[in-house]
Amino acid sequence: MKVKVRIPNVLQKLTEGKIEVYATGQDIKELIDNLDKEYPGIKGRICDESGNLRRFINVFVNEQDIRFLDGDKTQLKDGDEVSIIPAIAGG
Amino acid sequence: MSCFAVKRGFLNGVKDMERLTEEQIERYSRQIILPEIGGVGQRKLLETRVLVIGCGGLGSPCAFYLAGAGVGKIGLVDSDAVELNNLQRQILHFTHNLGQPKVDSAKEKLQALNPDIEVVPYHLRLTSENIREVIEDYDFVVDGSDNFPTRYLVNDACVLSNKPFCHAGILRFDGQVITIIPLQGPCYRCLFPEPPPPGMVPSCQEAGILGAVAGVLGVIQATEVLKFALGKGELLIGKLLVFNALEMSFRKLTIQRNKQCPVCGDRPTVTELIDYEEFCNLI
Repeated sequence: MKVKVRIPNVLQKLTEGKIEVYATGQDIKELIDNLDKEYPGIKGRICDESGNLRRFINVFVNEQDIRFLDGDKTQLKDGDEVSIIPAIAGG
Repeated sequence: MSCFAVKRGFLNGVKDMERLTEEQIERYSRQIILPEIGGVGQRKLLETRVLVIGCGGLGSPCAFYLAGAGVGKIGLVDSDAVELNNLQRQILHFTHNLGQPKVDSAKEKLQALNPDIEVVPYHLRLTSENIREVIEDYDFVVDGSDNFPTRYLVNDACVLSNKPFCHAGILRFDGQVITIIPLQGPCYRCLFPEPPPPGMVPSCQEAGILGAVAGVLGVIQATEVLKFALGKGELLIGKLLVFNALEMSFRKLTIQRNKQCPVCGDRPTVTELIDYEEFCNLI
């Protein structure tokens, strides 16, 4: 499944400055693995050493928080939009 | 017949209009004329007490609009002094305020803009020991702080005190904002259960911030406060509004209450304030 992934500013250094990239995957886990092949290092920023999503980063599929769907097993379909949203504290 | 008397005839909420002075009617006329506000709404704003935490990039524009709108009591919390590098975005502080406590500089501008309201400065750093006493006197809290320990402290204190608040965060060209009404919608910990390890997410000092982005988010926070006070419109409860200035986009993401949330979940484990520096691995 080819989906659009929106990259937060703090991770755009890893995507050559791109704010949006396209990647494939049956579910979020596979999508992140594939993203990491294209943009090495991005998985380590999104997931911890055990491969679980870091607790200060949320992933949304079409505006819905995957924690309330099927987590990283949330299935993707063509045309979905995935957003990666980290906590930011600036004020 | 004075022009004020003529105006009274056109404005709604006659009884409440009688409780406003002629000067107040003139000062707030452009919003009193809105059907959603009127004399009744203006009285509500004048009776509303809002605490703005942080007189920086978010707190400055937020407090400025709240003062302009006639929010009757505005508390300002900040322990810092004005620095030259603040002036690019912290619009309540001017060059002649360099070195002054931010709360005093901010109070000077807010009272100059609107002497009709009360502005209370708190020149202190919020801690687990003092925060509940400070927020107690207010109806609504605006979180415009600039660090993770304070953000979790504000969240936990507001949830434990059942105090509504609006959270916003900014970095570079990005911003995010959500309104939290404890137990009605998710809290900040439902959204981000744990802070990032130190160094994982940079601060504005390290990574920069476009001044106007702070303005956009601070003004959205002010708008949420005014809607809350008026009881009008839909608040960003359970909705994280994400802004990107480079593509000039706003997206509203759905957030749910986490039943396992340690503060507002079904079986809370955080029932009193903790050490937030330690929680954020800063000591």
